[in-house]
Amino acid sequence: MGIETLLSQIFNGLSLSSVLLLVGLGLSITFGIMGVINFAHGEFLMVGAYVVYVLQTLFNKLYGHGASGVSFLISIPLSFFVAALLGFSLEKVLIRFLYGRPYEGILATWGCSLILQQAARNIFGANNVDVTSPKWLAGGVEAMPGLQLPYNRLFILALTTLCVVGIYLYLYRTAQGRRMRAVMQNRDMSACLGIRTRKVDTFTFALGSGLAGIAGCAVSLLGSIGPSTGQNYIIDAFMVVVLGGTGRLAGTIAGALVMGVLNPVFELISTSSMGKVILFILVILFLQGKPQGLFSLKTRALD
Amino acid sequence: MLKVKSRTFILSIFIIAVVVGVGSAWINDARSAEKEPIKVGILHSLSGTMSISEVAVKDGELLAIEEINARGGVLGRKIVPIIEDGASDWPTFAEKAKKLIMKDKVAVVFGCWTSASRKAVLPVFEKYDHLLFYPVQYEGLEASKNIIYTGATANQQIMPGVTWLLKNGHKKFYLLGSDYVFPRTCNLIVKAQLKAEGGTLVGEEYTPLGHTEYSTVISKIKAAKPDVVFNSLNGDSNVAFFKQLRSAGITAKDIPTMSVSIAEDEIRGIGAENMLDHLAVWNYFMSMDTPENKKFVAAYKARYGKDRVTDDPIEANYFGVYLWAKAVEKAGTPAPLKVRAAVRGLKFKAPEGEVTVDPTNNHVWKIVQVGKVKPDGQFDIIWSSGKPVAPDPFPSLVSNKIVLEPGKIVDRKK
Repeated sequence: MGIETLLSQIFNGLSLSSVLLLVGLGLSITFGIMGVINFAHGEFLMVGAYVVYVLQTLFNKLYGHGASGVSFLISIPLSFFVAALLGFSLEKVLIRFLYGRPYEGILATWGCSLILQQAARNIFGANNVDVTSPKWLAGGVEAMPGLQLPYNRLFILALTTLCVVGIYLYLYRTAQGRRMRAVMQNRDMSACLGIRTRKVDTFTFALGSGLAGIAGCAVSLLGSIGPSTGQNYIIDAFMVVVLGGTGRLAGTIAGALVMGVLNPVFELISTSSMGKVILFILVILFLQGKPQGLFSLKTRALD
Repeated sequence: MLKVKSRTFILSIFIIAVVVGVGSAWINDARSAEKEPIKVGILHSLSGTMSISEVAVKDGELLAIEEINARGGVLGRKIVPIIEDGASDWPTFAEKAKKLIMKDKVAVVFGCWTSASRKAVLPVFEKYDHLLFYPVQYEGLEASKNIIYTGATANQQIMPGVTWLLKNGHKKFYLLGSDYVFPRTCNLIVKAQLKAEGGTLVGEEYTPLGHTEYSTVISKIKAAKPDVVFNSLNGDSNVAFFKQLRSAGITAKDIPTMSVSIAEDEIRGIGAENMLDHLAVWNYFMSMDTPENKKFVAAYKARYGKDRVTDDPIEANYFGVYLWAKAVEKAGTPAPLKVRAAVRGLKFKAPEGEVTVDPTNNHVWKIVQVGKVKPDGQFDIIWSSGKPVAPDPFPSLVSNKIVLEPGKIVDRKK
């Protein structure tokens, strides 16, 4: 196997990692801060993807078929807001009652996920729909003879980097971000110091869901989207979070890189199904040795 | 307390009323039974990964039913379809099939797409000795007395496709399919053909149904340098594969593909620009030039929208419904046992040409064609077998069995 195949596999791995990272970031934040396992996270991805579809259909009706590029760019922040809004409402209505109750959380969010999927089926039909990629994302750049890097995957990489930088700046350079980190590290002490943990929780959940919405935008470039698109990514996202450790940006990035790069490697040497199996076995073995994941939050709290 | 005489009087009035009531109801029943509608079952995946393909097949069946009802129905009775969703889940298919047969008491079921769904419902239809019309091309190696196969069997699609490819200079085959019974069996047949007709196998890969990450598979295909990819992927995987193939910069000129599960309807979901110049082998294409087809396409578009397209499985159970109706008229009753016997040997002028139900194996004689995808999503028919090909569900190349009559499969005598 030539050098192009190796490089192309690495690129594929990075591209897969970026999608997983986008989905896993939101999950890591919500799980890290609130201890709530959100099984409806995949559905926020689906909502983001459908926003792209709806906006594109609208633009097609209003401006004809040439506007797919513009509509896609607008749909990125729009997906964020729609998904964040949905997350915000969900938190106020349901999640806030589930803190510290992981089992009820799993059941309730799983139920939410089913409701959201069926709502999508009712509104958009059970068929998968296709989002036309913008023209400037078609094709790719020829990095080497035999190695074509598709523009849409490069775009997803760029989008993910932007999001990670944005989250980093938010968490480490703003006052709200500092409050979020404080609540993540020690909830009770933060409350004693006057931080309104309830407000931080709601806002964090909305932020995590918004990130999943952006991930939905990315996914819409890669294939068709439908009510069960979220389900394809939720398991991998959980693996990323568990592997990387919750509550730390570096952890989620590391987890996504490992999962994203190793998956194609194992696929290459065996088959698609077996590749996933080998990867999961390795993750489980790793977690036996280090259950907190690759990077874990070191705090002085007793729990 | 009423006097004895009054009580007897009231009692007799009551008995007369009951007798008259029951009697008239019974007479009414007997009279209206003749005009009672016939219930038929329609069982397809209306959700899940296969819905991209199966919803349109259901629409084709409903169109045929509406057309027949508009002409007065069958035996003077209207046909009432009862629609169930298999949800791309094979146990659900079996469960719904049982419900249609036992609870709704339908006279026949039109349904299924994947061989997995058909294999799941087969025991149900055999247990209750019922009748299924199955419209999709499949791998063969089956000839149940309870199924009428209106789609192609292996020697009416897969095998002529491979022969055409080999004859036209495509010797090195890469086999890509979804991981279930149809692609696996299809590829067994292809491999046997390659050995017999002088081709080479350079790769074989299976992905789970619903799989959407094809970058690694595409790398593997590029490394193997095939002359053609023989594609038996089903459902949404086709959308992902062709989109990602195109964005990796590979066109049909670099690596042509021939698909057996992609037709006009799937191209709508994939995008014609992603499938340009790729090949497919079927018995029916929407671009066929027969008067029956023109009428069929016009009726389908008028009913469901001018953006809709017809394809082989849609057309297969469209004429499947008509075949069933013809058999019911011939048998004089919708009872499945009688209809099964009456449908053997029946001919019908379908949109793809005249089709005949082969009495030995419950399959249909069909012509075979190879098509190339045009920019408008339609197929350019670049080869046709001309005459209908006899169905052979147990080709001698891969099987040592032979069908004596539907349900009676014995070893081939040497």
